Amino acid sequence: MIAYVLQRLIQSILVLLAVSIVVFLAVYGIGDPIELLVPPQVSAAERAAMIRRLGLDLPVVQQYLMFLGNALKGDLGRSFVHGVPAVELILARLPATFELVLLAMSVAAAVGVPLGLLAGLNPESRSSRAIMAGTVLGFSLPSFWKGMMLVLLFSVALGWLPTAGRGETVSVLGIQTSLLTLDGLKHLILPALNLAIPNMALMIRLVAAGTSEAMSQDYVKYARAKGVRRKRIVGRHVLRNILVPVVTVAGMEFGSLVAFSTITETVFAWPGMGKLLIDSIYQLDRPVVVAYVLLATFLFVAVNFLVDILYAALDPRVKLIGEMA
Amino acid sequence: MTSPKPAPPAVPPYADTSVRESVLRRIRNRPTTRGAAILLGVLVLLAVLAPVIAPQNPHDLASLSVMDNRLAPGSEGMNGMTYWLGTDAQGRDMLSAILYGLRTSLLVGLSSTAGALAIGIAAGLIAAQFGGAVDAAIMRVVDFMLGFPSILIALVLLASIGRGVDKVIIAIILVQWAQYARLMRAAALVERRKEYIEAAINFGLPTRHIMLAHLLPNSIGSVLVVSTISIAGAITLEATLSFLGVGVPVTQPSLGLLIANGFEFLLSGEYWISVFPGIALVLLIMSLNLVGDRLRRSFNVRGP
Amino acid sequence: MTSPLLEVSGLRTVFHDLRGSWPAVNGVDLVVQPGEIVGLVGESGSGKSVTGFSLVQLIDPPGEIVSGDVKFKGEDLRQASEERMRRLRGDRIAMIFQDPLMTLNPVLSIGEQMCEAILEHRVMSRKNAMREAAQALSRVGISSPEARLEQFPHEFSGGMRQRVAIATALLNSPDLIIADEPTTALDVTIQSQILFEVQKLSRETGTAVLWITHDLAVVAELADRVAVMYAGRIIETGTVDDVLDRPRHPYTLGLLGSSASTVNPGERLRQISGAAPSIDARPSGCPFRPRCERALPVCAEIDPAPEHDRGHSYCCHNPIPEGPVP
Repeated sequence: MIAYVLQRLIQSILVLLAVSIVVFLAVYGIGDPIELLVPPQVSAAERAAMIRRLGLDLPVVQQYLMFLGNALKGDLGRSFVHGVPAVELILARLPATFELVLLAMSVAAAVGVPLGLLAGLNPESRSSRAIMAGTVLGFSLPSFWKGMMLVLLFSVALGWLPTAGRGETVSVLGIQTSLLTLDGLKHLILPALNLAIPNMALMIRLVAAGTSEAMSQDYVKYARAKGVRRKRIVGRHVLRNILVPVVTVAGMEFGSLVAFSTITETVFAWPGMGKLLIDSIYQLDRPVVVAYVLLATFLFVAVNFLVDILYAALDPRVKLIGEMA
Repeated sequence: MTSPKPAPPAVPPYADTSVRESVLRRIRNRPTTRGAAILLGVLVLLAVLAPVIAPQNPHDLASLSVMDNRLAPGSEGMNGMTYWLGTDAQGRDMLSAILYGLRTSLLVGLSSTAGALAIGIAAGLIAAQFGGAVDAAIMRVVDFMLGFPSILIALVLLASIGRGVDKVIIAIILVQWAQYARLMRAAALVERRKEYIEAAINFGLPTRHIMLAHLLPNSIGSVLVVSTISIAGAITLEATLSFLGVGVPVTQPSLGLLIANGFEFLLSGEYWISVFPGIALVLLIMSLNLVGDRLRRSFNVRGP
Repeated sequence: MTSPLLEVSGLRTVFHDLRGSWPAVNGVDLVVQPGEIVGLVGESGSGKSVTGFSLVQLIDPPGEIVSGDVKFKGEDLRQASEERMRRLRGDRIAMIFQDPLMTLNPVLSIGEQMCEAILEHRVMSRKNAMREAAQALSRVGISSPEARLEQFPHEFSGGMRQRVAIATALLNSPDLIIADEPTTALDVTIQSQILFEVQKLSRETGTAVLWITHDLAVVAELADRVAVMYAGRIIETGTVDDVLDRPRHPYTLGLLGSSASTVNPGERLRQISGAAPSIDARPSGCPFRPRCERALPVCAEIDPAPEHDRGHSYCCHNPIPEGPVP
């Protein structure tokens, strides 16, 4: 198990290094780093001083090592617009995105798993076909369009829910959250639902396919021959088997949820990391964009690493492979 | 439960339940698929003929009348023209804007898919043919690209190179080529194991000839089939990027940008500026998906 | 004579498809007495496994049991509710499946999979159920059973897994165990160990066993009585000695001739010519006729009815004359 964890850890670090090189080349190689890192409004003397301070006159390799060293120290430049370190700015927006993503993931699982079970247990029934047709819509319709239609229906037409913003927040352990106030939750429902829909569709497909496959397995027939109740066969034998792929995919989709939150946050004016990214792109606040890419990559890699470890813990067969590797 | 049926014929043709299922599915899906194919044809035709059939040239600012801004569907304008789908904030006829937007969306979707196909097929073919370090290098890049959400890659790329129809196409090519490369490599590897390729190699035919004359035509099918659905993906991606304001320029709005332009008026009840282009976009994406899915199932190709 | 434990008559199980319904089991009559071991023998496709699953009403669409009686301890199982059947399965009638690699759930511990067989039928604490499971494991010769219960199926060899299945079948002291080719996937030494153990356990516990197999040698070693199945029906049945030493049906004789362990050393193995008819292409009259060396014109016309001869019965118009195997 330890060897397996180490192996995955080294892989993750290699991916991070590769991304840092790509980002470095994009900023320093293709683009003009002076334009990217030095605010346009400074004087020529200040400019020269900054170029020296940023080491832009040094050889490329040395520049990369400097960039990497700064990145490891958590220094990814200062925002032109806000004048604060980019990392600080992004981290301040992190809780808003996280609560959105977490709620979306919970909603996707809470709705997707039961519907997927239903569709997988009776694939030929009318309701199952309707569910599966719904997943096609969930997958293929653009996220921003679904978000707008939710606003049109629940906010404009019915007037039930607010259209934008985060609503009232309370501070828990120094982190602002909307999850604990009624107003905050009202603001959360639509964006979380919108973010959840594609994942819900994925969950349904995954669980339905896994269920119908598991139900046809000999171990299910054997459990029936042992006189095990249907409730237990579905709830324990089948669910335990599809838990592994569901958790894996849920974890891997975490990254795309963070990415897609940029769209949802834009539609619902949700003040998270994604909205910050879009705003920074509009305002040409390049250091924030660079910092976002590196932080997002770090997040994806870290989550994938955790998912792999969790996968090994959930599937008794994987441990052995990991130990042998 | 059905009652027992009469005695079976002496020599029945075949006994295969999967055959039966696929036949049933085909019959069941046919009307939907046919409808989707007709709809897709109509949409493409409308896009192609937009300059001829549109009541107004929405890119020609001189022909717009700002006095006619945000008119409801069916209103009559200052110049006596009836706006069947209303007008936007610039007084632009929505019907004309949608027809031209459809044109831009399809142009971006088709050309980026073609570009991504060309690069992906070449990369996949090279990886399959040469194997070893070349294969490993190409596939590492492919894995890397597929490991990140495409929207994020395109977004960041466009943030640094700016907006424009050509730039959006480049961005979509960049995020889509990798999936074709993976599919092409898998298909070509299967093909390479077949005897006739081995025979061709033993015969001493040049590598280039084997790749282009045998490997390529015999393994390209599944990639092309999958690309139908991927056109819908490319159009969605373009619409999303344009909605976020990093896609096509305001002078050549696609459906996504039209929807974005109307978003602010949605809340005040002027739904048509967003909703009608949105319906056009949804119809386009859904018809492409349905037709593509039918093709994929008919040719029995697994999705990307 | 005591009343039979299991009495099957005229059982028909068909599989439906678009073109019609095909009988996998086509009028099976079978009797199992309490405590006896009955071998049900046939080639693959003869309907022997479907018969086994039909007995416990475990036939899923497109299959369907269409007629016949299954009486277990006098109770008509075809009329029993699904919940009644669930209570019987694993409790009074246990099953052992063919492939031990596929029948255990890979992600649940052995202990959990054994305990559920107890807890779904009896009210008991989990701890006590675990204790009973451990006892059952040691009864089939698995050492350090408590530790083994914590493990998962992939940590067991094929033979060990089949022992687990046998131990599981024994948990509730059933009246009948239906074993569907349980040793086919195992190698020969492990097969005979398991046969020996099953025989011993059956004697000790008074459990009847219906052992489904394609291997006459297994039947010869294990069973009290044997039923030979061909194309969905039982074509010969009787005591092991009667059927194997003095077969009356040409098919049984053919099976004996093609079985390695029933042929004397030095003698050549004989093969039955042709192949068993598939479920959707059964000939008229006697289903064995196209492959039969003793076929008469009448065999193409009329499907032979069973002939009874002191507990030995067979379905043939032109049976092999009485006497030892030629």
